[in-house]
Amino acid sequence: MNAETTTDGRSTNMDLLRFATAGSVDDGKSTLIGRLLLDSKSIFADQLEAVEATSVSKGYDYTDLALLTDGLRSEREQGITIDVAYRYFATPNRKFIIADTPGHVQYTRNMVTGASTADLGLVLVDARQGLTEQSRRHAVILSLLRVPHLVLAVNKMDLVDYSQEVYDKIHQEFTQFATKLNIPDLEVIPISALAGDNVVNRSDNMSWYLGPTLMHHLEHVHVASDRDLVDVRFPVQYVVRPKSDEHHDYRGYGGMVAGGVLKPGDEVVVLPSGMTSKIAGIDLFDQEISEAFPPMSVTVRLEDDVDVSRGDMIARVKNAPVPSQDIDAMVCWMTTTPLKPRQKLAIKHTTRTARALVKDIQYRLDVNTLHRDQETKELGVNEIGRVQLRTTVPLLCDPYSQNRTTGSFILIDEATGITVGAGMINSGS
Amino acid sequence: MFVRFEAHRYSDRCCPTTQTPARGTRTLMTTTHADYRLSQLDQLEAESIHIFREVAAEFEKPVLMFSGGKDSIVMLRLAEKAFFPAKIPFPVLQIDTGLDFPEVLTTRDNWVNRLGVRLVVASIDDAIANGVVVDDGKTSRNRMQTATLLNAIEENGFTAAFGGGRRDEEKARAKERVYSHRDEFGQWDPKMQRPELWSLYNGRIHAGEHMRIFPISNWTELDVWDYLGREGIEIPDIYFSHQRRVFVRDGMLMSETPLNPLREGEVVEERTVRFRTCGDITLTGCVESTASTIPEIIDEVAIATLTERGATRGDDRFSEAAMEDRKKEGYF
Ligand SMILES: Nc1nc2c(ncn2[C@@H]2O[C@H](COP(=O)(O)OP(=O)(O)O)[C@@H](O)[C@H]2O)c(=O)[nH]1
Ligand SMILES: [Mg+2]
Repeated sequence: MNAETTTDGRSTNMDLLRFATAGSVDDGKSTLIGRLLLDSKSIFADQLEAVEATSVSKGYDYTDLALLTDGLRSEREQGITIDVAYRYFATPNRKFIIADTPGHVQYTRNMVTGASTADLGLVLVDARQGLTEQSRRHAVILSLLRVPHLVLAVNKMDLVDYSQEVYDKIHQEFTQFATKLNIPDLEVIPISALAGDNVVNRSDNMSWYLGPTLMHHLEHVHVASDRDLVDVRFPVQYVVRPKSDEHHDYRGYGGMVAGGVLKPGDEVVVLPSGMTSKIAGIDLFDQEISEAFPPMSVTVRLEDDVDVSRGDMIARVKNAPVPSQDIDAMVCWMTTTPLKPRQKLAIKHTTRTARALVKDIQYRLDVNTLHRDQETKELGVNEIGRVQLRTTVPLLCDPYSQNRTTGSFILIDEATGITVGAGMINSGS
Repeated sequence: MFVRFEAHRYSDRCCPTTQTPARGTRTLMTTTHADYRLSQLDQLEAESIHIFREVAAEFEKPVLMFSGGKDSIVMLRLAEKAFFPAKIPFPVLQIDTGLDFPEVLTTRDNWVNRLGVRLVVASIDDAIANGVVVDDGKTSRNRMQTATLLNAIEENGFTAAFGGGRRDEEKARAKERVYSHRDEFGQWDPKMQRPELWSLYNGRIHAGEHMRIFPISNWTELDVWDYLGREGIEIPDIYFSHQRRVFVRDGMLMSETPLNPLREGEVVEERTVRFRTCGDITLTGCVESTASTIPEIIDEVAIATLTERGATRGDDRFSEAAMEDRKKEGYF
C-alpha cells in the first residue's frame, strides 16, 4: 500500500470499507461490534464506564459490550437491536463504517437498508446451533443486494470447546448453500466475540484454523475493484449556473459518478434526449481535474450548449443505458399495507423521480428457501418479490447486477411521503 | 484471497494521473490514484457534496444551521464546494443564545462575509421578548434554544435545515438518518424513521413539516480535524491552546465570564486550555492542552479517552438518554 502519511501520522490515503452485520438475536452481534470497537481503541472511557455501570446495576457477571451499540431507549429496555445503527472505527490504513442491523424476520427491511451500501456482509451464527433459517435468509438478502464480499463468523466457539468438527460442518453446509447465491467472495471464520478469539488477535485455542482473523480480513479485503470503471454513467444532479459577472457563461452539471471514468475530450451522449457533445472540462471545486471516477462528486462541463437538466444522464455514445418505461425488478416491501397490482407509487431512480404503476407481481421469494411462490398476488411488509412496473417517464437504468447505483430505486407512497419499497432492477425493456 | 476479475481486466487502463492542471491556487493532493482509489476523506467529501446538491435540487427552502463551531464550518466548506463557482444557494441560520463565545461569532462573520451568504440570526432573547419562548426561570437555555430554532424554521418557512450532527457523537445519533423527518411540531420519532437506501434520499414532506439533513453523518471527530487540516480553513481560536481564566465545576473546566457567576467554593485560576466543542459558554468546558496546531490537535484527539461530548458538554451529561430526549423535541 502506497500510503502517504501526513504529519499527524494518519494516512491521507486511508481507504474505506462499509460493512453490514446480520445475525439472529443472541448470536453475539452486538458483543462482536463492541469487541471490534474496543480492540481497535474506538471506544472512549466514558462510554465504557457507562456500560460497565449499567452492567453492574443489572447484576451481570461481565461487562455487556452489547450496551455500547444499543442506542435507543426502547432498545435498551427490550434488550434487542431494532434499527440500523451506524458505527465507526479505524485502523491505520482503513476506516470502517458498520451498518449494524437487526436479525429478526420482521426487520428484513432494516437489513436490506444496511446491506444496500455495504461492500461486505458479516453474518453471525451461534456455533452451538449451526446454520439456522435466519442465517440462510441473511445470506440470501446480502446476495440479492449484491454485497460482493461475505464473511460467515461462527461465533461462541468457546462454548463448543473450540471444536474443528463443529466449524467444518457449518463451513461445509454453508458453502453448499452459497452455490445457489451470488457470493463472489466468501470467508468462514471461527471466533469468540466474548473472549476475543480470532477477532483481532489470533486464537491459541484454534491452532487448526489457518485462515485470517476477522480484523485482518476486514483490513485487507480488496474492494476498490468492485466498482464499474468501464461503463460511464453520470446522473445529472444539479445544474451549476453562477449568474455572476466573473463566471458569466459558466454552466456545469453537478453529480456523483455512478460508473466508468470520465475525461475531458470524451464524446458523450445526454439521455434521454440523445444529443451528443464532448466533455469540455471536469471541475472539483476550484480545480480542473483530468478524470473522474466513482464515487467522486464533480461538475462536468460540455462543449456544446445542449439542454441538460436534473434527472438526465451523461454516458458514452456507444455505451449508454436504454431508456425504459417497463421495469422488471426485485422489490423489498417495507410497509404494513401490502403492495398490490394496479397500485400507483412515486419512484426515485438516480436523480430522476417519476410515478410508477404496479403491473404485476410475478412471485414472492421465500428468502429462507429461495422458493418462488407464484400464487400470491401481493407483497407484505418485509417480503421480497419480482415485480413489473410501468413508469410515467423512461428511467435510464442498468441491471442491478451491473451497477448498484443505476440499477436501484426506491418507491414512495405519494400520500404519506414514506419510503415503502426498495427495488433492484433485473432489466428494463 | 479472492481477487475480482475486473482488477486484471482493467489494469491496463489504470495509469497514474500525475498532473492536474491547476485553476485555483491550492493543489489537489489526494483526488486521483494510480488504481482509481479515492481516500476515505475524499469519499466522505463526495458523499456530503452529493447530499448538499440533492437537497438544493429538491427542497424549496433549505437553510444551513451554522453555529461557527468546527462541524458547521466543515458543512459550510462542503456547501461551498458543492455549488462552486456559484454561491451557496441558501442562507445560514444561527441561534444566538446570548451565551456564545465571542471568538466563535467573529469566525462566523468572517465565513459569512467571505462566501457572501445571507445570515439569519434567531436570538433566544428576542424570542423571549416577543413571547415566542417563555422563560419561567426553570427552563434551561438549552430547551429555549430548541424552541427558538423551531420558531425560526417555522417563521422563515424553511423546509430543510442542514445540521452538523455526526453519528459517532452519541448513541441516539448513531441511528438517525441523513434525512431526518420532523413533524409539524418539529419532533423526531425514532421509531417512525424512513428506510434510507443506497444514496437515494426521500425528501417528501407535508406542509408545515421539515427535514433535518445531516450531510456529515458518517464523519468522525478525527475526520473533521483531518479535513480542517487539509483544507487549511479558518476555525475559532478557542479550539487552539491558549491561556484562560477558568474554574472547576462538576469536574469540568469552565470559562470565567460574567454570564456564568461563580458558585460558592469555586476558585478562578489561569490555565493553558483549549475547547473541543463550541457551545453555550456556561455549559461548555475546556480541556488542559498545549495543542496549538491542527496536527497537534489530531494527535491529542487520537489518544483522547473521553468523547468530546462526555468530556466537555454539561448539556449531554444529564442522563443516559439525554440526547435522545432532546432530539425528539427538535434539538439539532
Ligand atoms: N460464551 C460466549 N457468549 C457470547 C459470545 N458472543 C456473545 N455472547 C453472549 O451471547 C449473548 C447475546 O449477545 P449479543 O451480543 O447481545 O447478541 P445479539 O443479539 O446478536 O446482538 C450475550 O449474553 C453475550 O454475552 C461468545 O463468543 N461466547
Ligand atoms: Mg444486539
